Parts: sequence; C-alpha cells; structure tokens
Amino acid sequence: MSAGVESSIVSLRDVRRDYALGAERVHALQGVTLEVERGDYVAIVGPSGCGKSTLLNLIGVIDQPTSGTIAIAGKRVDAMSDREATQFRLRNIGFVFQRFYLLPILSALENVALPMAEAKVAKVARIERATELLRYVGLGNRERHRPSELSGGEQQRVAIARALSNGPTLLLADEPTGELDARTGAEIISLFQRLNADGTTIVVVTHDEDLASAARRKVHMRDGKVVDA
Amino acid sequence: MRGSLALASLIRHRARTVLAVLGVAVAAAMLLDMVMLATGMRESFRELLLSRGFEIRLAPKGTLPFDTDATIPGVGAITATLRVNPDIREISPVLGASIHILAGNRDVSGSALGIDPRVQGDYELLSGRDVTRPDAIVVNDHLLSQVGASIGDTLVVATGYDAQTRTYSGQRKLVVTGRVKFIYGANDQSSSAMRRETLEGMNERSRDRASLFMVRVRKGANAEAVRDWIDEQLPNVTAISIATAIAQVDERLSYFRQLALILGAVSLFVGFLLVTTLVTVSVNERAGEIAVMRAIGVSRSHVVEQIVLEGVAISFAGAVFGLALGLVTARYLNTILSAFPGLPMAIDFFLFQPRAAWSALGLLIASGVGAGIYPAWRAASLPIAESLRREAIA
Repeated sequence: MSAGVESSIVSLRDVRRDYALGAERVHALQGVTLEVERGDYVAIVGPSGCGKSTLLNLIGVIDQPTSGTIAIAGKRVDAMSDREATQFRLRNIGFVFQRFYLLPILSALENVALPMAEAKVAKVARIERATELLRYVGLGNRERHRPSELSGGEQQRVAIARALSNGPTLLLADEPTGELDARTGAEIISLFQRLNADGTTIVVVTHDEDLASAARRKVHMRDGKVVDA
Repeated sequence: MRGSLALASLIRHRARTVLAVLGVAVAAAMLLDMVMLATGMRESFRELLLSRGFEIRLAPKGTLPFDTDATIPGVGAITATLRVNPDIREISPVLGASIHILAGNRDVSGSALGIDPRVQGDYELLSGRDVTRPDAIVVNDHLLSQVGASIGDTLVVATGYDAQTRTYSGQRKLVVTGRVKFIYGANDQSSSAMRRETLEGMNERSRDRASLFMVRVRKGANAEAVRDWIDEQLPNVTAISIATAIAQVDERLSYFRQLALILGAVSLFVGFLLVTTLVTVSVNERAGEIAVMRAIGVSRSHVVEQIVLEGVAISFAGAVFGLALGLVTARYLNTILSAFPGLPMAIDFFLFQPRAAWSALGLLIASGVGAGIYPAWRAASLPIAESLRREAIA
C-alpha cells in the first residue's frame, strides 16, 4: 500500500490504541490521523497521559494499533509480524530514549556499533561508521569510554549516534532532554537541529518547551487525540 | 558479539556470578562423585578380577568364591578334565582355611590360602621369598604386626581349635619367608598363604579339595565359550567368568548405583535451578535494557542466544571448577570408604574415568542450556513498549 500523501514518511489514519488496565479499558489513542513529511522535524506535545509516547511507539513499530493504519516510508507497519517489525526497525527507525539506555558493559564505540552488528555490517565498516558518528555528535575523543564514565549529555549523544548507525529513515526521540540540565539539554536541541538540517526526519515527544520550539512543527495532543497539527 | 555480550553481562555482576559459579561447582562436584560412584566399584572390581589375568573362577555349585566354607572335591580329577581343553592355559586351585597362630600365650586368628606359587593369583610379594618350601608361609603386614613376627621367624600354626578341650589340631611349625599383599584381602584381615599341599597336610578333611579354581585362558580364546564348556563338563561347580562376576556384583550393588544416580540427578537439578534463578533475576533487572535492544532492532532469537549463553557460561565455569573439586572430594571419600572393614584394599568406590567426567560436563552444559531457556523465553517475550513504559515509571 502506498501512503496517502506521496511525500509523507509517516502516515497514520484513524489510529486507535486501547489497553486493558485490570477490568477497565483505557483508550490511549482515539482516532489519530497524522502525516509527517520527509525531512520534517515534528514535536509532539501535550500533558502527561495524553498518548504522546503511545503514538511514538506505534510510529516506531514497537507496538501495534487496535485499529487504523500506519505507513512508514510507504510501507504498512500496523500488522507486521515480530520478525518483520524487528527488521523494519533495524533498517528504518532510530530510537532515542529519555534515559539513554546504553549498554553499560560496552564502550561508546561498541554501543554505536551494536545495531550495525545486528544488521551484519562488516566489522571494519561498522567501526569506521561508529567512529564517524561519534565525531559527528562531538565525542570523537570518548570512543573507548563506558557509559558510566560519560556525563548525561555525553551519554545522550552516544544514544543519538547509535540511533543513526544504520542510516534510519526516521529518528524518534522520547523526552530526549528529560534527564538533562538546561545547558546540556540545549546541546542536544542544537544537535537535533543540525541533524534535521542534514536531512534527517525527526519526531520528538517532549514536555520541554525549548526542544518543542526548535522543531519545525508542533503536534498538540489531548486525551488521546491530535487537537492541533 | 552475542558471546561477548553474554560474558560482559556476567562480569557486570561479578560477585553474583562468582557465587553462582561456586554453587554450580558444588553441584557439579557432587554430580561427578555420584557418576564416579555409580560406575567406580564395578570398574574397580573388574580391574581387580583382571589384574592377575585369570578370566574364570570355579566355585562350589551355587556359591561365589569364598562366599561359604564349602569346598570342591577331586582337585586332581578336575585339573585333569580342565587340561583337556586347549583354550585353558593355566589352572590354579586355591584352598582356603581358618588358622590359629600361637604367639606365646596368645592365639591370633587369621586365614590361610593353600596355593601353587607358580600360578597363584592371590597376592603380590612385597619382600622376602615366596613359599617355595613345604614349611614356608607368607603373611600380610596385619598378621605380622598381630603376632609381632618378622621374616625368618618360625610360627606355630594350627588349622583347628576345640574350645571344650582347649586343644589345637593340625599344628605345624612354619617359617615366615615373605611379606605379601593380598589382592582380594582387606586391610584389617590377618591373612597368610602356604603351599596347598602344606595346608592339606594340616587338615585331613581338606585333602584333594579346593575352595576355588582360578583359570587363565589362552590369549585370543573366548572366555565365555570356555566357561560354558566347563559348566557342561563339571556339573558340581559354578564357573564364573569376569562378565558373570560383574553381572553378579552389579546385582548386589544395584541399590548403591540407584542411590548414586538419584543423588546425581538431585545435584544436577539443584545446579539447574540455581542457574535458572540467577539468569531470571538478571533478565528481570535488565528488562528495560532488553526492551531497548529489541527496539533498536536486535532480534528475538539473538536475545535468546545471549541469555542462553549466559546460562551455559555459568554452568561451564561451574562444571570446570566442580570437576576439579569432585576429584578432590572423591579421593577423600574413597579414603574413608576404603577403610570399611572387610573390603578388599584394591577396591575403589570412586574410580575416575574420563567418560564419567565428560558425561558430567555434558550433563551440566545441557542443564545450562535448559536453565537459560526459561529466562531467555521471558526476555524474548517482553512487550517492548510496555517494558519501556514500566522502566520510565520506575
């Protein structure tokens, strides 16, 4: 199936996501329709519990909608098998999390190279690419450091380099500045702007006004619905 | 990559990993000891029977060698019958008897074997000379210490004692010519050997009788076929080959083997539970980390491989330490059990066999794989979005 809009990299049509919470049914998303253009930089904002992270998880193919359709880069992803979804994420999606989630047992370079190893990139090529990405995020001199030897801002930059390692179509970030102080947060905001300027499509979920303001477009959500795109 | 990730995960919690490895090592040591115990006595007994090269033993009908005081009459006739078979190389009739040695005013009880020194298979000479003369006797260290004698001393030996009249019968003076070690004898037995005709002369009732015949077959001959032939030719004896003796020992030791197998299985299960628990705890702790790995594109099968490898690594390390520990404890336990009264000195309860070690190692690695499967399944089944949400809340 092709996406509804040719230039859209993300296309959601009437997406619903319900959860069972004990005996209750929680309607996390209630008919979301959204388009994200190639090269766009979208900030999804809204109060806690409005469904921002649920929406990001669906776009990132780590969750499946209860109903509705989702297409990423022209490919339907809403009913993929686990194997297909894993391969799709590996090749097309880059994830950045609030808590960085670097593997503490690996060095910065090894963390960045991990998705490339999974994608069966040759060892020499992945070391070269990981080194290049660490330089890009300003950590060329911290390759051998373990996450515990890096500051929060440095860890988040390693996580961004990791997200970029397989050249994803889409970079998704869930509260990427949530654990950082204002100065370090500003560095990450600046890095996202540079990435977007270099052609990366970015979707961030944030409460951070500065980060949201740096995006090209804001999508406001409330009670599981997009209220202003 | 998966291997180094698994190893790195274990190194991350060094203390916990070391404790788990030690736990598995104890279970592995127990398992090896039990595997050694299950087969050790049998193999040790087989080696003992084969040590002097006699493949067949003849005992009075329906008995095992020296199981009773019964004897086989007609040593000369039986020997002549056996010599007809070209596959029989040597025949060693052995007469057993209880003896009394009069040392001053003391009476030291013991046992004596009447043998032919040219073909005997009951003892090894440690020092001195064998029983080449009719008045010679060779004794073990226990008997020497009991009577306070040494090589060259003359002993007054009797084959009978009447408690009512307090008189000895079958008395004869014999010269100690050698110190020997009885292959089938126990440490705490006073044992001796003399020429069979000497012992017969001291006890008229045992003339031309033997308690046991030991038969050596020609090299390349089929011992089982010879045994069958003897059974046909000599209906008043039971012919026991090594294989039948082992089968009889197996039957008698079956409870021992069952106990060893049950304890071995329990050890394996304890090791399995230990590894499963540790790896499951580790997976629970790393739920967020595993969810992130899955989110960035690591496949379920690779997560499973990594977790199973962690279980195998703990089991393997534990097994290697455990096998060394098992050998040390087996040696110690063997020393204790070998001192059990009445057992042949040469019998080992715990006999190391490379096959036993490989079996134990194989079982432990297989249990490591098994132990990793449940936590690996849990890890691979974690819902990614839900796990990340829980992590964020935590």
